Amino acid sequence: MWLYAARRVLFTIPIGLGVTIICFALIYLAPGDPVQSLLPPDATANDIAQLKHYYGLDKPIPVQYILWLGHALTGDLGISIQTNRPVTDEVWRALGNTVSIATISAVLAMIIALGLGIVAATNIGGWADRLATAIAVFGVSVPTFWLAVVLVIVFAVQLGVLPATGMGSKGSNTFSWFEWSEARYAVLPIVAMTLTPLGILMRTTRASLADILSQDFIQTLRAKGLSETAVIRHAIANALPQILAMFGLQLGYLIGGSILIETIFTWPGTGFLLNKAILTRDIPLLQGTILVLAMAFVGINLIVDLIQTLVDPRIKRI
Amino acid sequence: MQSNCWRSSCWPRVRSVATSLALGLALLGAAVPAASAETQVRVAMTAADIPDWTGAPDQGYEGYRFVGFSLYDSLVLWDLSRSDVAADIKPGLAESWSIDPNDHKRWIFKLRQGVKFHDGCAWNADALIWNYRRTMDTTAPQYNPRHHAGQSWLIVNIAKIEKIDDYTVALITPIVDSLLPYEVPGWFQISPCAVEKVHNDYAEYAKAPMGTGPYKFDKVVAHERLELVKNPDYWDKSRVPKHDRLVLLPMPEASTRAAALLAGQVDFVEAPSPDTIPKLKSAGMNIITVPYPHNWDYQVRADRPPFSDIRVRRAANYAMNRAEMVEMLQGVATEGYGKFIESQPYYGNPVKYTYNPDKAKALLKEAGCLPCKITVGISTSGSGQMQPLPMNELVKEQLEAVGFEVTIDPIDWNSLVDVYIGGAKKYPKYDAINVSLSSIEPLQGIMKSSMTRYQTPNGFNWGLYSNPEVDALGEAALAEFDTPKRNAIIAKMHEKLVDEAYEVFIVHDLNPRALSPKLKGFVQAQSWFQDLTPISVSP
Repeated sequence: MWLYAARRVLFTIPIGLGVTIICFALIYLAPGDPVQSLLPPDATANDIAQLKHYYGLDKPIPVQYILWLGHALTGDLGISIQTNRPVTDEVWRALGNTVSIATISAVLAMIIALGLGIVAATNIGGWADRLATAIAVFGVSVPTFWLAVVLVIVFAVQLGVLPATGMGSKGSNTFSWFEWSEARYAVLPIVAMTLTPLGILMRTTRASLADILSQDFIQTLRAKGLSETAVIRHAIANALPQILAMFGLQLGYLIGGSILIETIFTWPGTGFLLNKAILTRDIPLLQGTILVLAMAFVGINLIVDLIQTLVDPRIKRI
Repeated sequence: MQSNCWRSSCWPRVRSVATSLALGLALLGAAVPAASAETQVRVAMTAADIPDWTGAPDQGYEGYRFVGFSLYDSLVLWDLSRSDVAADIKPGLAESWSIDPNDHKRWIFKLRQGVKFHDGCAWNADALIWNYRRTMDTTAPQYNPRHHAGQSWLIVNIAKIEKIDDYTVALITPIVDSLLPYEVPGWFQISPCAVEKVHNDYAEYAKAPMGTGPYKFDKVVAHERLELVKNPDYWDKSRVPKHDRLVLLPMPEASTRAAALLAGQVDFVEAPSPDTIPKLKSAGMNIITVPYPHNWDYQVRADRPPFSDIRVRRAANYAMNRAEMVEMLQGVATEGYGKFIESQPYYGNPVKYTYNPDKAKALLKEAGCLPCKITVGISTSGSGQMQPLPMNELVKEQLEAVGFEVTIDPIDWNSLVDVYIGGAKKYPKYDAINVSLSSIEPLQGIMKSSMTRYQTPNGFNWGLYSNPEVDALGEAALAEFDTPKRNAIIAKMHEKLVDEAYEVFIVHDLNPRALSPKLKGFVQAQSWFQDLTPISVSP
């Protein structure tokens, strides 16, 4: 187990390095100037050069990369060009806001998907299966940004029961999950974020459970006289590694890929931050956010891998 | 049964309970008026982030409009009190100014007495010189490269400031510049005491910025909201805000801004998309539009074919069916026939290139440019760019209908600004670009985009246009200190440039804004800047 864990942790190092190199390459391959958003339209070439020097953007790209990597290893991701504040602080704050709604969405999706998946897998071809599959297909097919806009129109504009944007009435600094007047701001983003992983997890649950339920050992269990509930419990235990792997991927996607939802709801998470960094071409912030998101994705999958070994001891022998 | 209470017969009972509750709450409210009496105006900006609030606003003119002119003042301000005339300048932190009769490179500015920054620091000649060094003097301890980058373009024509006494200064210009007072609004004065107190650390200063403006800084939630409060001691008593708090929220998504207004989360929305305007109107929101000096036009490359030929430039102008464009935009723009708008004193009486496709075809034939191939750089979005994708598609369709063959190259806004600043020679693939700009005042409006000495990279004459007659008119205007006479010269210059078709004039934005019916007293000025202080909030 420990050897397996150490090996998995070691694998993350080249992945992390690869991510940092790709971050740099992508940002500098794009046209445009990083200090452009700070300058007026008729700024002189001298003004641009002076500002680039101030932010260290006049150095050769490999030098910039090595300097940045050296600082990043000590937890210093530089200073945001737009806000003049440490990128590390900005990203951690945003990551907390994203992780909170992404985790709730993923867990909610997992619970509902398990229920629907079990019902569907044990009633293949029946109306319950068809209904659950329809929900899953809807979840997988519907674009989340469209769903987000529809949720805003229905619940915020037409019914006026939930807020349309923001994280709390006074911003994220005073947001509290324990006061409904504040927590209600999270409802629509969570619903919008839940639907896609719900569909994917439900389909995974249904497919893996149906496969396991058709295997010989299930017949043996039934022949031994086990109740149907106990049989399904055994089947779920066998399907769980696959479902967990998919859960990890979905949680990773939610944390790293919720730009559209967070922008529509102006939820100040990492997607929102990334969008701002792109629009304002804030390179240190962009690099820091991408790095932290990529490492979070790697970290989540590492944790899921380790949990899988606990659930299914066969995995650690691989 | 309880479920029966969903029937309409139960509503009288529900209403009675609700009325009692409301009455109780109202009485409670009357007993504690202070806590609930604060009025606030919440603005949804199009900016992607909160504009810089330390004295060098970014995020385009929105940063100046909402943050700069709220927290800070300039020597000269824009008079934004009327919507029936184009905004002109008025005294700000300077009470008056005049040119030295013996030296036309020496402006004398009399500073306003009795003004204090929000921290009590005195406004005087020393504060002005300290601010000049903050922006321009790389050796000064308070020098801020970012402030230099964002603000130096406003004072590039001030070579030196000499103190005459505590409230009189001489501004020395490197050239004869009669338009200097029009250039300095927007060069914001920040408190020297506040910066010195934090040992010139601007990250610390950002936690408690101090200006002299009608609002004071209260708090900021990074990337989410900036909250300002009324400055009851503001030196201009007619501009003390009529509300207690101004909350600025960046919301780059037009649909999010509209939804936030409809859901009652904001009160004032910038640039609602034309599609949402009918819905906002039907919900009782006030849609305000007014002409302002904005241009949605094409800058063309005048130093090489095909646009070096005046017939081709005129053909492109005659090909524009501007009424069709306005219709597509559901009326939030007006037809554009020049760089200035008609209410500006510099408009003059220019030739009008009204839609005439036959004439356009004939001109192209005469110029021997058929099909006339051009490549146009456009952005997919951006400050002042309106709806660039559908609008450019329509322009392409109209140009191709008369014989042009148009290749549109869509790039992101920052890249297009890079093309614009870099200049036509650095990006030779483009024959024209679509960068929307302001023409608030003559220098920025036409001189810097047409005079030879302002060709990129020395100004923003992107198309490398050059005409000795235009240059002479520009120089004459800069040397004329009598305002009506100067305006007449600038109008003549404008007429010449329109006749030359030095750009393709298309539309002027009408700057739509949507306001909650709770807001009263807002006067939308014919300007890129607006004064929010007269807004009162009804319950």
